[in-house]
Amino acid sequence: MRRYLVRKLIFAIITLIVATIFVFGLSRMAGDPLLLFAKPGGYGMSQERIDQLSQKLGLDKPLIVQYLVWLGRVLTGDFGQTIVSETSVSKLIWERAAPTLQLAVASFILSILMGVPLGVLSAVKRGSMSDYVSRTIALVGQAAPIFWVCIMAILLFAVTLDWLPVGTSGPDGVSFWTWAKFKYLIMPAFALGWGPAAALLRLTRSAMLEVLDSEYVTLARAKGTNYNVVIWKHAFRNAILQPLTTSAIVLASFVTGAVVVERIFAWPGVGQLMTDAVWNNDFPTLTSTVLVFTAVFVATNFLADMLYGVLNPVIRYD
Amino acid sequence: MSPLEFLRRYPVIPAVIIVTLLVTAIVGDWIVPHNPERADLLVRHTPPFWMEEGSTDYFLGTDALGRDVLSKIIAGARVTVLVVVAAVGTGVIVGTTIGLVAGYFGGLVDDIVMRIVDAWNILPGLLIILVVVLVLGQGLWTLIGVLAMLSWPGAVRLVRAETLSLKSREYVSLARIAGASNSRIMLRHILPGVINIVIVTATLGTGNIILTEAALSYLGAGIPPPEPSWGRMISEERQYIDAAWWTSFFPGLVIAMVVMSGNFLGDWFRDRFDPTLRQL
Repeated sequence: MRRYLVRKLIFAIITLIVATIFVFGLSRMAGDPLLLFAKPGGYGMSQERIDQLSQKLGLDKPLIVQYLVWLGRVLTGDFGQTIVSETSVSKLIWERAAPTLQLAVASFILSILMGVPLGVLSAVKRGSMSDYVSRTIALVGQAAPIFWVCIMAILLFAVTLDWLPVGTSGPDGVSFWTWAKFKYLIMPAFALGWGPAAALLRLTRSAMLEVLDSEYVTLARAKGTNYNVVIWKHAFRNAILQPLTTSAIVLASFVTGAVVVERIFAWPGVGQLMTDAVWNNDFPTLTSTVLVFTAVFVATNFLADMLYGVLNPVIRYD
Repeated sequence: MSPLEFLRRYPVIPAVIIVTLLVTAIVGDWIVPHNPERADLLVRHTPPFWMEEGSTDYFLGTDALGRDVLSKIIAGARVTVLVVVAAVGTGVIVGTTIGLVAGYFGGLVDDIVMRIVDAWNILPGLLIILVVVLVLGQGLWTLIGVLAMLSWPGAVRLVRAETLSLKSREYVSLARIAGASNSRIMLRHILPGVINIVIVTATLGTGNIILTEAALSYLGAGIPPPEPSWGRMISEERQYIDAAWWTSFFPGLVIAMVVMSGNFLGDWFRDRFDPTLRQL
């Protein structure tokens, strides 16, 4: 168990390091950073001034030194300044982290609450109407583009029915637990949670089907155990292992989804910060947000591995 | 076999949708009712034909510039098919080759390859792609390249696993005793055995690639304008959603239908080729 975890941890760290090299390399490929300040011949900057600037910014040193300096700053949480407003990127990300977290957690809970029970239902009542309905929900959830789902939800619930508000995360200074604020969360959370819920539903369904087919379930049934007890106590506890470990990976998939959903609902999170940076060509902000997202992504995957190790006896005793 | 039973056993509807898409992609230029790029402000936001004020001239209505939505969807099919086929094709060919070599030779090569695949799997693909596209500049070939980057690891993993099991079979040993070279064994004896899996990964991967492409186009980093793109159609028209829902509804519906068909066909191939893979 410990060896397994250590191996996974080392691997996660190496992956992160490679990712930082990648991001650093890309940000350098985007062009000489100095040209952001000076176009040769354009602004009439003298060579001396350019040299001076490059010395000030540490750009005269070899690339590897530049990388290490940059990495050191990133590790201490200093992502530099945005190009657009010259505010600190890490401060911006920090401000935007809470809304993104709210959205991700809400969608996570939603996707589990939708995916797992429907998956069990659809396996237990295989071939029934509820099975078909659940599977259709899953199929559409996995096939419909998330931004399209968002726009259609806005059309239906905000424009036509006028039930839910759209845009931003609600009024400032109002507690999260009030309806006035909470209603802003409903649509984005559903839009973001649908795809993962579909994945969980399919996983739970196939795992349940397999377990329900096994001999000990037949035995439990044969000796007269209550059917609900068989389903929830005998079958479900064994079947949930795989969907549960996958759910952490599902959580990680919110990283990608959040970027799109936050954009559409003008949700003031890190994803929106990132797409804004895309539009503004704000490279420091873009690379920093990508790095933060990547770190979260790698960390959740590591958590999934850990959970899997804890839950799976084969690995626990390795 | 009754027609209903036939429909149940074979994925007829998904197959029809995919074939329609492919045909549309090929003959699109000849069947578009209007020039998809010609704007005509006099007819802007004409609704689809069954609504009041709609006309059969513009079957699915027009967008904010008076361009025909149906024609744009048809024109978008060609680019989408081109991008997806090229990306999935490249990804799967590269992935299969690497998986075959890694599985067959094992050892250090295998270790390194699998670590790279693992690493790639725990990174957020779409975001990395987004940055790469921004650095390299938007372009059709860049897009195909980055999308191929998304699809190769899946192929490596599956092909490698299958190669591992095939190479210990007796017929492979016999081939080696008969003096077949490594490359001959891989190409003539193992590759035919993994080709099913390759087809399954390719079909199942298609949906994901289409969705990623659409998301990239939506975010402004996908198919470069002026090429028509389903994803960009939705993003361009989202501000008019209350006035003209059809401009973003239909492209999204087409994407969803195509992706669903791809997933259906992939599942069907998988179940048909190898029932033990059902758990994937």
